[in-house]
Amino acid sequence: MQYAISILLSGVSLGGQYALIAIGYTMVYGILRLINFAHGDVFMVAGLMMVYLTASLPLAASIPLVLVLTVLLGFIIERAAYKPLREAPRMSVMISAIGVSYLLQNLATYITGGLPQMYPEIPGISATVTIAGVPTKWVTIVTPVLVLVLVLALTQLIHHTKVGMAMRAVAKDFETAQLMGIKINAVISVTFVIGSFLAAVGSVLYFTNYQSIVPLSGSLPGLRAFVAAVFGGIGSIPGAVVGAFIIGLSESVIKGSSWSIFSDAFTFALLIIILVVKPTGLFGEKVTDKV
Amino acid sequence: MKKFFAMLLTLAMVLSLAACGGGGSQPSGGSSSNGGASGDKVVKIGVFEPATGDSGAGGKQEMLGMQYANKETPTVVIGGETYAVELVYADNASSADKAPTAASQLVSQDVSLVLGTYGSGCAIAGGPVFGEAGLAAIGVTCTNPGVTAGNDYYFRICFLDPFQGTVLANFASEKFSAKKAYLLGELGNDYDQGLLNYFEQAFDGECVKDSFPPNTSDFSTYLNKAVAEGVDVIFCPVSIAYSTQIVKLAASMNLDIPILGSDTLDSNKVLDAAKGSDVQIYVSTFYQEGGAPDFDNGIKAWLNEDSTAMTNNGGNDTIAAVTAMGYDAYYVALEALKAAGSPDKAAVKAALPSLTYTGVSGDIAFDEVGDAIRDTAYIKTADNAAGAWTLETVQTAK
Amino acid sequence: MKKTISKSTWMTLLCTAALLALVVLLENVLDPNKNIMVFTALKKGAVYALVAVSMNLLNGFTGLFSLGQAGFMLLGAYTYAILTIPVAQRDAVYYIYNGSAVNFSLPELFGGGAFGLVLGVVAALILGGCVAAAVAWLIGLPVLRLKSDYLAIATLGFGEIIRAVFQWDKLGPVTNGANALKNFPTFSNFNIQNANGETVLRLSTFTAFLLAGICIAVIVLLINSTYGRAFKAIRDDEVAAEAMGINLSKHKRLAFVISSFFAGVGGGMFAMFANQAQAKTFTTAMTYEILLIVVIGGIGSVSGSCIAAFLYVAASEWWLRFLDAETFVGGFKVPLLRNGFRMVVFSVVIMIVVLFFRRGIMGDKELPDLFKKRRKEKAK
Repeated sequence: MQYAISILLSGVSLGGQYALIAIGYTMVYGILRLINFAHGDVFMVAGLMMVYLTASLPLAASIPLVLVLTVLLGFIIERAAYKPLREAPRMSVMISAIGVSYLLQNLATYITGGLPQMYPEIPGISATVTIAGVPTKWVTIVTPVLVLVLVLALTQLIHHTKVGMAMRAVAKDFETAQLMGIKINAVISVTFVIGSFLAAVGSVLYFTNYQSIVPLSGSLPGLRAFVAAVFGGIGSIPGAVVGAFIIGLSESVIKGSSWSIFSDAFTFALLIIILVVKPTGLFGEKVTDKV
Repeated sequence: MKKFFAMLLTLAMVLSLAACGGGGSQPSGGSSSNGGASGDKVVKIGVFEPATGDSGAGGKQEMLGMQYANKETPTVVIGGETYAVELVYADNASSADKAPTAASQLVSQDVSLVLGTYGSGCAIAGGPVFGEAGLAAIGVTCTNPGVTAGNDYYFRICFLDPFQGTVLANFASEKFSAKKAYLLGELGNDYDQGLLNYFEQAFDGECVKDSFPPNTSDFSTYLNKAVAEGVDVIFCPVSIAYSTQIVKLAASMNLDIPILGSDTLDSNKVLDAAKGSDVQIYVSTFYQEGGAPDFDNGIKAWLNEDSTAMTNNGGNDTIAAVTAMGYDAYYVALEALKAAGSPDKAAVKAALPSLTYTGVSGDIAFDEVGDAIRDTAYIKTADNAAGAWTLETVQTAK
Repeated sequence: MKKTISKSTWMTLLCTAALLALVVLLENVLDPNKNIMVFTALKKGAVYALVAVSMNLLNGFTGLFSLGQAGFMLLGAYTYAILTIPVAQRDAVYYIYNGSAVNFSLPELFGGGAFGLVLGVVAALILGGCVAAAVAWLIGLPVLRLKSDYLAIATLGFGEIIRAVFQWDKLGPVTNGANALKNFPTFSNFNIQNANGETVLRLSTFTAFLLAGICIAVIVLLINSTYGRAFKAIRDDEVAAEAMGINLSKHKRLAFVISSFFAGVGGGMFAMFANQAQAKTFTTAMTYEILLIVVIGGIGSVSGSCIAAFLYVAASEWWLRFLDAETFVGGFKVPLLRNGFRMVVFSVVIMIVVLFFRRGIMGDKELPDLFKKRRKEKAK
């Protein structure tokens, strides 16, 4: 019983963290039709920045600074690597994304020297709490709540602000939106800013739980989050969140079973099945807030 | 313009290939900082170690031992003449697909023999390159039997996986009277899986075996599974990046099951992770600090004054066993050069099999396969209050 | 018209033959140890050239964006290794599993010796390709219905699944689990030795070039056939191609299967180059490397992929290595240079190519095209 609860807990917290990354994927895909392969690495870089900033600054200053810097990083990546390719075929943009991901990983290797870095303890959410006899960290409980709050705020933003309206318009039809006088580049930048912000929040939660950061730390959560986004129906924010929780839980359950070596393989098999059977994902095109 | 660019690149490639072909070997690789410090004659020793990739951290610590030894003894007398020893580095990036080129790099620079590498996968991939060039290589901490088997040119100074797995299994039975063990390793990693296998064979009791996919960072399910299964010990001979996470997690869970690890866990990163907690960690390793006080003090002093070395050692001056092994490997190389009487690689190779040397990690001699004849492993435990290793026992194979 | 085509074909053949002869000459004239980097880079370059061309066939000529290349290479490498490890070595290689479940070795079945070696290696490579092709056919049934990036991500996932399956210890007696397969014939086995074990004629680099060359030639022939034209039509406009009577699903599957076949052969050759086959080498990172080669060379150019493969291998693993070493010029320590810097510089270079030289080295042109233009300009 305790074991079942522990699996459930770790699944839920994983799901929450994937959700925060998945939203970044799904929003960018909704607008640019681009799988932003570098998103997982932005997440990793956010973690590393935290490690280096806390070495010299107090925690209260480093957390906001990490959020700001990550947002800046996302913005710069979009401007430098994706904007020049706006007219190019989709494949070129995707290759550019792979290139950025390669660059970020190599930079991280260079700076850390390939040594695993220890994420700092964050008072409050790093503390241990016991739920039904299972010891876990506060962050496990904080994560789903925080995800819910952020997603609600995000949907409010998309449905009830001008920027949100512009985003929806761009997602619906790129060219028409442009003709209607929407500043496409500004909207895309906002999308990347939001995505990177959520990735930074996700990285705080994720690395508080799993404290060691290596240059490849972002790639696997990134891929899983992408699978979650596809699973939920790419372009749909509620879809991404639901998909992320399903992926997180099923990953946890499989790891707990005797088939643990196939936990990654299962995630991808699920992806292939979903793509083939229902390419629009769980929430498909019906949910129209495609941002 | 585009066409011009294309032609230019093509031309550049053709030219440089031709240039390299004609000009012979160019010193395009690394050169040590104190090469050529004294005397005109230079003998080169290749360092075939990972500096990046998943065993980059371990590779760097191993290189520290060689660098320190090189600093301590920068010259060697070969056949009556004094040679300056130069270390030539090639990063094999912990990856078997980069290893052959890294190995070739060393061959092309005319080194007399090669030291390395940290992990077995790269040693297996690079081994044939050395063999073909007639260059002897001394494995420092590559413990897989496949490294030396079938390769006359690969030697090694460390013990092997079958030995280490058995030692730890015996230790688990003796110390904890363990009847049930949880074995955890990385999927597809020959080092982890090999040790798990030998542990399972030697362990007198039930084993629950699990593998996690590469780049995993969520180990809570695995540890919870171990708790749920009610095991007596956890055996996880995983690389440093994973072991720190497992230990951290175990610390935050207040896990009371002892964790057994192999030589990879013998790292100050693991000590850091365990510091201040109640986790019990036991590792089998090649060397225990205090075994050779002169070496300990010397290298600590060096680490404390050289900031790069300190960073490479993980930020403090705890001596990793791999560093001691790297140190010994360097001296074995010097002995081989002396015995050969010439820096010629064939002579060095011929001198190696009969070589004996007493290093800080114990006596070193090679058997007919080229493996070190070793029958002792140190088992250390982490003192979490002080953040240091203490010697638990010295285990020999039965 | 007909005459010029045959003329340029002859020219290409002649150039290839000259290149092969040059390789043999270089390898036997130059000191094999001092220049080992040249030959290692050439061998790896040849292998990567083949894999890049096979990827280009899919991505550049058919317009199917697949990222499963490493998975198919893995299939080829394992098939090759399992079929060619000498029986006497099997116990040593499969030491954890107490011997292998496959107890024959193709070179020995063909009678051993030089003849058996050549025949066995070629047969094993082809079989490796066939296994990859068969799996590709199966995967293709569901996956090829997907569009562009969905296809990419599905094939990427497939590569990960394949890797997990091959690392599964229940299959150990066949795949050797996590352990590397080794001791099989490599390129070096093609060096001809005399009775004293001294090498008389070095053919290892030549073998790599010859194998890669034959495969690439077959791909080029395919591209220039009616099938190739159908592939290009699909790339340019699927709807129009279908209207022209091209069977979309059939041609897509054909391109996928053929590309995978050559990726499998390339995988086998990669095992020969790396002296071992281990599943953990064939990661997504490897697929990305090959994709970048294709992009640098020019999507839709066979000769571009070949040139880029050699450039990429030589630059990343040889010429730029000095960036990894701390260097002193006089008493001055050159800043930034330390381990890992090489890859940073390298990825920046790649980004520059991707962003500013989007058409790569060759665009969609081939080497002979360049000379043809030159000639026309001269004629004017």
